[in-house]
Amino acid sequence: MSTDPEGRTRTIKTDYLARVEGEGAMTVRIRDGAVENVGLEIFEPPRFFEAFLRGRDFREVPDITARICGICPMAYMTSAFNAIEDALGTEVSPGIKELRRLIYCGEWIESHALHVFMLHAPDFLGYESAWTMARDHREMVEAGLKIKKAGNDILRVVGGRAIHPVNVRVGGFFRAPDREQLSALVAQLETARDLAGEAVAWVAGLPFPEFEQDYDFVALHDLDRYAIEDGRLISSSGLDIGPESYEQHFSEHHVEHSTALHSLMDGDRTYFLGPMARYALNHEQLSPLAAEAAAAAGLGPECRNPFKSIIVRAVEILYVLDEALRLISSYDLPQPAAVESEPRASTGYGWSEAPRGMLWHRYRLTGDGSIAEARIVPPTSQNQARIEQDLRAFVEPRVDLDDERLQWECEQAIRNYDPCISCSTHFLDLTVDRK
Amino acid sequence: MNSEATPPKLAVWKFASCDGCQLSLLDFEQELISLPEQIEVAYFLEATKGTAEGPYDLSLVEGSITTPADRERIREVRRQSRHLVTIGACATSGGIQALRNFADVDDFISLVYAEPGYISTLEDSTAISDNVPVDFELQGCPVDRHQLFEVISAFLNRRRPAIARHSVCVECKRAGNVCVMVAHGTPCLGPVTQAGCGALCPSCDRGCYGCFGPMESPNAPALSRRLADLGVEDTDIVRVYRTFHADREPFKSESIKHEH
Repeated sequence: MSTDPEGRTRTIKTDYLARVEGEGAMTVRIRDGAVENVGLEIFEPPRFFEAFLRGRDFREVPDITARICGICPMAYMTSAFNAIEDALGTEVSPGIKELRRLIYCGEWIESHALHVFMLHAPDFLGYESAWTMARDHREMVEAGLKIKKAGNDILRVVGGRAIHPVNVRVGGFFRAPDREQLSALVAQLETARDLAGEAVAWVAGLPFPEFEQDYDFVALHDLDRYAIEDGRLISSSGLDIGPESYEQHFSEHHVEHSTALHSLMDGDRTYFLGPMARYALNHEQLSPLAAEAAAAAGLGPECRNPFKSIIVRAVEILYVLDEALRLISSYDLPQPAAVESEPRASTGYGWSEAPRGMLWHRYRLTGDGSIAEARIVPPTSQNQARIEQDLRAFVEPRVDLDDERLQWECEQAIRNYDPCISCSTHFLDLTVDRK
Repeated sequence: MNSEATPPKLAVWKFASCDGCQLSLLDFEQELISLPEQIEVAYFLEATKGTAEGPYDLSLVEGSITTPADRERIREVRRQSRHLVTIGACATSGGIQALRNFADVDDFISLVYAEPGYISTLEDSTAISDNVPVDFELQGCPVDRHQLFEVISAFLNRRRPAIARHSVCVECKRAGNVCVMVAHGTPCLGPVTQAGCGALCPSCDRGCYGCFGPMESPNAPALSRRLADLGVEDTDIVRVYRTFHADREPFKSESIKHEH
């Protein structure tokens, strides 16, 4: 934080954002009482996944792209096999689809629980971490850890392990879990569901700043259920496309005030991905239990205060716990556990709803099944322009706050998006001075 | 290493990585909540805003070194740390991003980024031990959380970590699995890969893909001959060694040997 000698310019800067996945910094510059510049700067080193995927066999892609993100590997694996199966014309059985949805529910549970209880809730109550929060709210932190464990255990039973599951492949699974293995999860999931119901009420009682924005919400939509592992992409402004049309509507632009690429819809519009977008566009498909909890928490048909995304995330935790229990009770062992794909020269497109929003992949394959070209667009890079717009709108009426308070609230405004910087293969800025 | 009055200081550092290994720390679940009673979490940005100055008793380092700034930062971390332990494939072997070491990084940059001028990066992705001395390397992509717990306990209690260096085969036999390579002819890296995962892949009828990296005394040439007998082509032999531990010996030499 600094002020120039004449006292006209204030700079609020956080060199290392805490409690986000990956490394980023925030700068807000205020001149003569007006916001001059805001920036979410990213200095996560580039890892070049799209480059080294070239030449790899199509069967290796899910395991490799999982390593983009340790928090949401299932999202990367799912978008990857969706795209490759699209390229190769692979049709999987309904049983495989249900099992894929179940393991993805596990990821939403663990990722959302991590964010709600360990990364985001401490902001609202003035704690620097979940540990310090646990001194006064031990029960809630313990509940969060139990919920998170329930999600991890779904990943372990279906996928072999919670981080970078090994049992997932193009075409299905290496070995489908038997009914008994899944049934053993039921009691724990029911307990977690009860705790998640209480958690929705608890987060709804947190203090929220007055702040609403007009968002163009963008999320996958499935005719039959709350979209997670696939669907069509729809928006509040009437978009309705399949994954092959993504590049016709979304493009990345280099903007002057930032060295990162900003993703825009139809040339010039920012948009909003993630739980609040899914809730606004698909809330009618929530289970009765999750819908009731949302109503009791005061969520209307849409929520436009990003600070309240914590409530929406808690509602989604409740929904996916409910959904996981439903999937387990109707589980029918898929036989075979996977279908084989014949390589051919082709291009495929795939996406899914990562915990923090839609994640799109495209692959071009050669005739022998190796990757000729790969493109991956993660949710956080798509949300970045919107995050900066929020920051600007949020700071403007609050320029009179002292630096410390303003910095705290601005960081909180970024964490609203659960940004996953490790994921963001497209972020560019590597010039930040580390101090 | 500490008197009762001052709990040991733990720091967790991130370099080029996916965050999965640090996340394993947050997967301790119930043990996690009482962690601050035994350890001062002095620096762990993914979990807390609160930071304390060094020196630190134990630094856990995730990620590989890929930029000039990070090469400087790891030296500072080393200076500040009594013990430095690397966690995971990136920190221990350079990670999947070490695939750049087999290509021209400028080609990679122009493939991924529209404005290559903004990228400041090193030619290679290297393990932490290529940059500074390390006290222990915990393998795995990701690390196993029970092994991570063992390593932390060992360093805080001044003993060597009890981490087996034998192959996945030993774990697989203990698990009572039928050998996927012998019984089904499925190519498997288990014979050259370090145990620790619990023989996860063979347990789901899949060949090991080597994510825990080389074991203590791997005989990669013998395994390559066996893979060739099973009909695995040289291009695929290159790929199996050249994935999550591409830059680690003997996987590195073995992959180069089969390249035409």
